[in-house]
Amino acid sequence: MIPAAFDYHRPDSLQDALGLLQTHGEDARVMAGGHSLIPMMKLRMAEVPHLIDLQAITGLRGITIDGATLRLGAMVTQHEIIEHAGLSCAAPILREAALQIADPQVRYMGTIGGNVANGDPGNDMPGLMQCLGAEFTLVGPDGTRSVAARAFYEAAYMTARTDDEILTAISFPATTGGYAYEKQKRKIGDYATAAAAVLLTRKGGTCASASIAMTNLSDVPVWSEAAAQALVGTACDDTAIKAAMAAMDADIDPGEDNRGPVAFKRHVAGVILSRAISRAWSRT
Amino acid sequence: MNDLSPERDNRIANLKGLGCSRKRVEDVRFTQGKGNYVDDIKMAGMLHGDFVRSPYAHARVVSINTDAAMALDGVIAVLTAKDLEPLGLHWMPTLAGDKQMVLADGKVLFQGQEVAYVVARDRYVAADAVELVEVEYEELPVLVDPFMALESDTVLREDLAGQTSGAHGERRHPNHIFLWEEGDKAATEAVLAEAEVVAEEMIYYHRTHPCPLETCGCVASMDKVNGKLTLYGTFQAPHVVRTVASLLSGIEEHNIRVVSPDIGGGFGNKVGVYPGYVCSIVASIVTGKPVKWVEDRMENLMATAFARDYWMKGRISATKEGKITGLHCHVTADHGAFDACADPTKFPAGFFHICTGSYDIPVAYVGVDGVYTNKAPGGVAYRCSFRVTEAAYFIERMIERLAQELNMDSAELRRINFIRKDQFPYHSALGWEYDSGDYHTAWDKALAAVGYDTLRAEQAERVEAFRRGETRKLMGIGLSFFTEIVGAGPVKNCDILGMGMFDSCEIRIHPTGSAIARLGTISQGQGHATTFAQILASEIGIPADSITIEEGDTDTAPYGLGTYGSRSTPVAGAATALAGRKIRAKAQMIAAYLLEVHDNDVEFDVDRFVIKGAPERFKTMKEIAYAAYNQAIPGLEPGLEAVSYYDPPNMTYPFGAYICMMDVDVDTGETEVRQVYALDDCGTRINPMVIEGQVHGGLTEAFAIVMGQEIAYDEMGNCKTGTLMDFFLPTAVETPHYTTDFTETPSPHHPIGAKGVGESPNVGGVPMFSNAVHDAFRAFGLKQSHMPHDHWRIWRIAEGLGLHG
Repeated sequence: MIPAAFDYHRPDSLQDALGLLQTHGEDARVMAGGHSLIPMMKLRMAEVPHLIDLQAITGLRGITIDGATLRLGAMVTQHEIIEHAGLSCAAPILREAALQIADPQVRYMGTIGGNVANGDPGNDMPGLMQCLGAEFTLVGPDGTRSVAARAFYEAAYMTARTDDEILTAISFPATTGGYAYEKQKRKIGDYATAAAAVLLTRKGGTCASASIAMTNLSDVPVWSEAAAQALVGTACDDTAIKAAMAAMDADIDPGEDNRGPVAFKRHVAGVILSRAISRAWSRT
Repeated sequence: MNDLSPERDNRIANLKGLGCSRKRVEDVRFTQGKGNYVDDIKMAGMLHGDFVRSPYAHARVVSINTDAAMALDGVIAVLTAKDLEPLGLHWMPTLAGDKQMVLADGKVLFQGQEVAYVVARDRYVAADAVELVEVEYEELPVLVDPFMALESDTVLREDLAGQTSGAHGERRHPNHIFLWEEGDKAATEAVLAEAEVVAEEMIYYHRTHPCPLETCGCVASMDKVNGKLTLYGTFQAPHVVRTVASLLSGIEEHNIRVVSPDIGGGFGNKVGVYPGYVCSIVASIVTGKPVKWVEDRMENLMATAFARDYWMKGRISATKEGKITGLHCHVTADHGAFDACADPTKFPAGFFHICTGSYDIPVAYVGVDGVYTNKAPGGVAYRCSFRVTEAAYFIERMIERLAQELNMDSAELRRINFIRKDQFPYHSALGWEYDSGDYHTAWDKALAAVGYDTLRAEQAERVEAFRRGETRKLMGIGLSFFTEIVGAGPVKNCDILGMGMFDSCEIRIHPTGSAIARLGTISQGQGHATTFAQILASEIGIPADSITIEEGDTDTAPYGLGTYGSRSTPVAGAATALAGRKIRAKAQMIAAYLLEVHDNDVEFDVDRFVIKGAPERFKTMKEIAYAAYNQAIPGLEPGLEAVSYYDPPNMTYPFGAYICMMDVDVDTGETEVRQVYALDDCGTRINPMVIEGQVHGGLTEAFAIVMGQEIAYDEMGNCKTGTLMDFFLPTAVETPHYTTDFTETPSPHHPIGAKGVGESPNVGGVPMFSNAVHDAFRAFGLKQSHMPHDHWRIWRIAEGLGLHG
């Protein structure tokens, strides 16, 4: 658990950070909270000759609520998400999910930007961002661009971000209606065996709109449009929930690991989604 | 003395002796981060060692090229088996009569095995150099299944080729280590053949790991000027390490000093001798500098001693009324690549033959086949006496299975088969003499405390509700009644590498009436500095707060066999009491002289000697201590010291009744332990608060083992559980709440009647939690599902029983 030697950089501006990325190319990586990257370096599964720590860049911090649009700087920690009253009001699902990530010590350091940019299928925020329809702001040598969370993930640890870009912010609309983030894990600090993010709106007795995303059930987060569609226009009764579960099941592709075999994961994914829908519906 | 005045009560309270929930004196430094662990030790010029380890479970080592590593700035040496061979140290003896490679000698036998040892100026350079050592391997067929190993043509231990017998008798296959048997096989078979009811089951106690928070490590320092070797390390048995180090190195034992500083948990993991210790010693001798080696978490989980891995095939017979008539057990024991179990020499399966448990079973047989596989060596007693938790799990599962066959309540089945109070001392069918017990009283108290009948009614209602589709959660009631066997042990049949398993205490009373006592044991969190002072306080009348307890330095402590198997209180605790009594005997003579009466005219009273019938005339221990050093007393040597070496006449047999209640989600496999009740009888209770802490810790480790903790391998012998992400170590969130209780049946042969308690909760807790899971599914016909009962395996039970519709 001793990393290979590396140079440590702590730029205080985004431009300096981008400059370092340009200079060192493939030898450099940016680090946010470090709770994914540092263990990988200690295991020598990631070799990073130039580590660029983003902690000193104040422009990457802060939560802003501008009408119905929320914007989170990449360096906002999970702890800040949990503590932010306005955010909890405007998009309560974020707090519900953040409270199920790791443990308090990790949440003090772990950031939303690191969580979504790393591309780890075990992370909770990528699926949630897809559920929310979030946009990721990427800044690189050629300027700034925006990529939808639903188009960002290509494979495990592979994303639409290019090596010379830094993910600087995340924005998404405030939520209305019911919400739930449901997660099964083996213990505190573990990644999900299965997790479901659900947003629902109600019009009269039926579901007017829905968004559903699943975590750690494929090598990328799974935004299941079909599962959501199965709910729209229904009263989210047992039949509708079963239809959503079946649609979701067709979209996921879990692998066997120490958390269990594929059949178990599919079963649990269905149960977790069912619970999430019920809870979200009860909150509409 | 009949003086029960408040003044006398105050004097008793002031001692903080037996029975006092005195706060742990160790915790002041531990809670402030002021402990001194091996990795805290820094010495001038100290070098750092690190291992190159095998990525393969079975492979020939074709070549090792150390040139690139040696060329790295700061690298002092890279040791391989070739370097150790001239010293005869490329292999070392194990505690189990086998031998083990220190560094890979031609082949590797498990993933994570030590291949080369790098010595460098700092820890970081050492880790970089490990990456630069080039090892060429040629993969060989891997055996991870002990049953297949006994059928395979693949020979793991080529060094033993042609040896048809080992340290424990005949070897019937190249991958077979021993067959060890106890009991009357023919008589047992005969009883089983004619029995009215027989339950038969294969019960697997999976491979797990003690996983102490502090991993193993050492600092070896050879002083070439005075020829002395000092070895600091995480040793549960420092004196044994000194003797082994002397025998291996040829350095005379008086020139070796072994020190166990603060130890962050041992649980059996720190009993054995590891290649890291040997390589560090050699490196220090070669370089003339201190060399530190501390393993990381992955190395600890993958390469140091595992626990359990016992496949236990059982048959138990009974009359139709439920009276047990016989027990047969055959174990296939997976020992890994080397037989490095830490058991008393004559017991290759430890005390597994306590497996008749708490029951009066007239005839029994047990046979254990030890087998080599491509897994890490070990087989240590993880928070239990030697193989006792395996035995307790086996019998308590067999009792549940028998209850199923009899269609009987298993609490009642236990009751009608318990050894009765009037049968003690009880001779078991497998050769043990149980010293004392009162099982029925403990069981009835436990069942009443949890409201057993009410729980069963609630469970029955839950099953009905489940069948009606109103709930997806079942309820399990976990019963366990266990008998431990601890305090190894009588020298006539217990030894480790020939050293009898006595223990020792040496006491010095200082002139001003305080004291220091040194013992041959070593605390790893048990609180010896607290509890042994309490034993002494009651024996010699000096307040526990005025007594320093010191352990772990072989230059100062008397020889002892160390701390494991709950032996400290039964053995060293007895030595402490007896050494205290020697102090008291001399103090009596001094008191009589000072009071100008005959020795027999004074008697001990709490903290003083008084004249019989005239308690107002007395000499306190403080006064006596001073007199011992400042007066010439005719016929007595100056000073007040004593030493005692205690050879226990028998083991002690703590017991307990544990019951828990658990909700099981049949869809997700999640569980929630709603209630745990643990009644322990450890004989005389020295410090109830320390006992409660020990029980909480042991129950938590039992919970971990049952609900998820395992060392798992894939078919290529890759360890799948090498980090704490996958190796289940519960946090405060997962850990259940515990209620503790007790009965007190003193050991008749122990000087203060104490029996030991540190390991009881693991021994009793494992069957309790596992039985709860099984019990939840009993109404649906579940017979046996192997641990660990993690989410997916519980889901698989429900799936197998058709509960997912």
